[in-house]
Amino acid sequence: MIRLEQTSGGAVAAAINAERHRLGSPTTGMVLTLLIIADEDTQSDATGAAAAVARQHPMRIITLIPRADARVSQLDAEISVGGDDGPGEVAVLRLRGELAEHGNSVAIPLLLPDTPVVAYWPGDAPAHPADDPIGRHSQRRITDAAGAQDPWEALRVLKRGYQPGDTDLAWARCTQWRSVLAAAFDAPLGDVRHVRVEGERNNPSVILLGAWLGQQFGATVETVWNDALGISSVSIDLADGLMSITRQDEKTACIVRPGRAEAQITLARRSLSALIAEELRRLDPDDMYGQVITTLEI
Amino acid sequence: MSNPLRSPLDQRLPRIAGPCGMVLFGVTGDLARKKVMPAIYDLANRGFLPPGFSLVGFARRDWADEDFAQIVHDSVREHARTPFREETWQQLCEGIRFVAGDLGDPAAYDELSRVVAELDEQRGTGGNHAFYLSIPPGLFPVVLEHLKTSGLAANTPDAWRRVVIEKPFGHDLKSAQELNALVGTVFDTGSVFRIDHYLGKETVQNILAVRFANEMFEPLWNSNYVDNVQITMAEDIGIGGRAGYYDGIGAARDVIQNHLLQLLALTAMEEPLTFAAAEVRAEKEKVLSAVRLPKDLAAHTARGQYAAGWQGGTPVVGYLQEEGIDPSSHTETFAAMRVDIDNRRWAGVPFYLRTGKRLGRRVTEVAVVFKRAPHLPFLAEAVQELGNNALVFRIQPDEGITVRFGSKVPDTSSIEVRDVTMDFQYGEAFTESSPEAYERLILDVLIGDPPLFPRHVEVELGWTILDPVLDYWAEQGQPDQYASGGWGPQVQYEMLARDGRAWRRP
Repeated sequence: MIRLEQTSGGAVAAAINAERHRLGSPTTGMVLTLLIIADEDTQSDATGAAAAVARQHPMRIITLIPRADARVSQLDAEISVGGDDGPGEVAVLRLRGELAEHGNSVAIPLLLPDTPVVAYWPGDAPAHPADDPIGRHSQRRITDAAGAQDPWEALRVLKRGYQPGDTDLAWARCTQWRSVLAAAFDAPLGDVRHVRVEGERNNPSVILLGAWLGQQFGATVETVWNDALGISSVSIDLADGLMSITRQDEKTACIVRPGRAEAQITLARRSLSALIAEELRRLDPDDMYGQVITTLEI
Repeated sequence: MSNPLRSPLDQRLPRIAGPCGMVLFGVTGDLARKKVMPAIYDLANRGFLPPGFSLVGFARRDWADEDFAQIVHDSVREHARTPFREETWQQLCEGIRFVAGDLGDPAAYDELSRVVAELDEQRGTGGNHAFYLSIPPGLFPVVLEHLKTSGLAANTPDAWRRVVIEKPFGHDLKSAQELNALVGTVFDTGSVFRIDHYLGKETVQNILAVRFANEMFEPLWNSNYVDNVQITMAEDIGIGGRAGYYDGIGAARDVIQNHLLQLLALTAMEEPLTFAAAEVRAEKEKVLSAVRLPKDLAAHTARGQYAAGWQGGTPVVGYLQEEGIDPSSHTETFAAMRVDIDNRRWAGVPFYLRTGKRLGRRVTEVAVVFKRAPHLPFLAEAVQELGNNALVFRIQPDEGITVRFGSKVPDTSSIEVRDVTMDFQYGEAFTESSPEAYERLILDVLIGDPPLFPRHVEVELGWTILDPVLDYWAEQGQPDQYASGGWGPQVQYEMLARDGRAWRRP
């Protein structure tokens, strides 16, 4: 790892290139730049998870940590290139003093030319990600409502500020649930009468999953809160009985369908890396998320 | 009724196979154990298989369900690409059944029908079953006949039955036609899936994407700029335990007829109207129909047999010393040939195809070699190290693209131009999330998505091209010996030298 103190964005870019050169691989096939805007509490997990994703999506990861607590403006950087954490390039930048307000000026020289830019806020996000100085560079803007202080308020903000290209990890946490539910309905199950979603109190994924189901089925959705972790179960009243999927442990769920034997299915809780990898797989706007978040009744 | 939870807006949801099961014939073969079973587990592990997916083994063994499950378990532990997870295995295991019986015994098929019906009842497989014939082609007739008479092969409006067959699809045009006719009496065309695992979806889609999604390559993709195309599939291994299959088949039937001609078709075909299966096939069939063999096969084909030698530091025996091989066998383990394509785009551009076993390293690539610049405004010595520009599709390993072009050498007092390469690797080449070819193919079978699977017309066109070469070779006696661990027999170099060209070293 290389440490640079009292440095600049240009010097960090030069240091990354010099390190690449020293390792003997001056050209690389980086596919995107990921900008992580975090505080000291969230930066380490977010950066580590993103670095692991670089195995799938070779990328440059720039973590910006605004530290308005200092008086004097100063940029300090930690740089690592390649190595055991993954093949990507990682620069963790601390922006002190007034510079904390001008992260964009540090990011600009570090963006890889002519490749997509993705912004990721693991904690509190701006009210309008697409209009944020950093969000403006980014074709995909990832927030995490579950990381916010008040998830309900976070969802309301996301709804108001939504622009195509916004996406939220709380939505990505629904994907596996949505996937097994969609698979269950590949065999026609008849009309849906009532939907019940059960899960962790105030968990935004529970809210989004319920909203999606309500929208797709055109049915009312009842939400039941409990003290479990994340989404616990979905039950759907059908003309000929009850269909339900209930999480049993960290890895499996149990599926019940009318006229069929109960079955076990895989439903593993996913790591932050897996969620980020899913987000980076497609860089075009997620229209389904857009539809769900903008029509959320909240 | 369409599924309300699936929407074209929703691009996150993976395609998951609907309710279904698979019946595997030939449970102890290499492919079944090393490829098919692990691929099924990996699909389950990634969540691509439906709840209740069932796998039925069928073989002449005195096994219970648990014994077969143990075989699958061992193969998964050894060969799966995703980590072993007990819970995934448990779910898969609950759907594993075994039917013991002779392939020719009607009673065994009655038992199979009963097991399949029971699975539909217990596991909710919905009557949808794929029959994977991982057995020698000689046994196809008896199995297909029984699948037909037992009613197992019958499609209904609510439930599909499909058949998966592996290469070889015959050993010449006549046998291929017979096989197609036979399969055709039992399954309709849309229910027959021929697996060519070298044509996993990624490869095919990558070649088509590079060619047809870009503007900078296609204008050069013709005889005005292309000098020749070299398609190579080299294996570093010998025949391993496959003596019974390989002897009498040889490299050309094993590889050129299917893999290399498919790669040729993808490289040379015109732009399809859309990427729908029928359109892509139509273009592949057109270009394969335009392939012509040289008149002088002696001058434009080459073959060889690997001799004993050292390969990557290990001593290895020659083909004729392999266990189970007739010491006077004429089967070639290296085959190379020139073909031409009689159409406006490719007239005068030779396509060189070659494949061999026990070569320098494992590599499959398509190299499009461009003409030299019509004029080089440099001193002759400045460009003497400059070769032809080339664009190379690396199919495996390290799937990607290499572009070769001339660049000035720095720090020399006079200008010198030398070849450099620019390399692109598909970022996902090594990751868990990039499915292996077999996984994609098996999932496509279960979903019923046919674009990757060669249709019988393509198979027959392949044999039409190859048969005259095989007939010619059959009269030529023993192939040349070549040292293991190198790049094959000398005759291949002479073959290109006659055309004033040279093979690139892959």
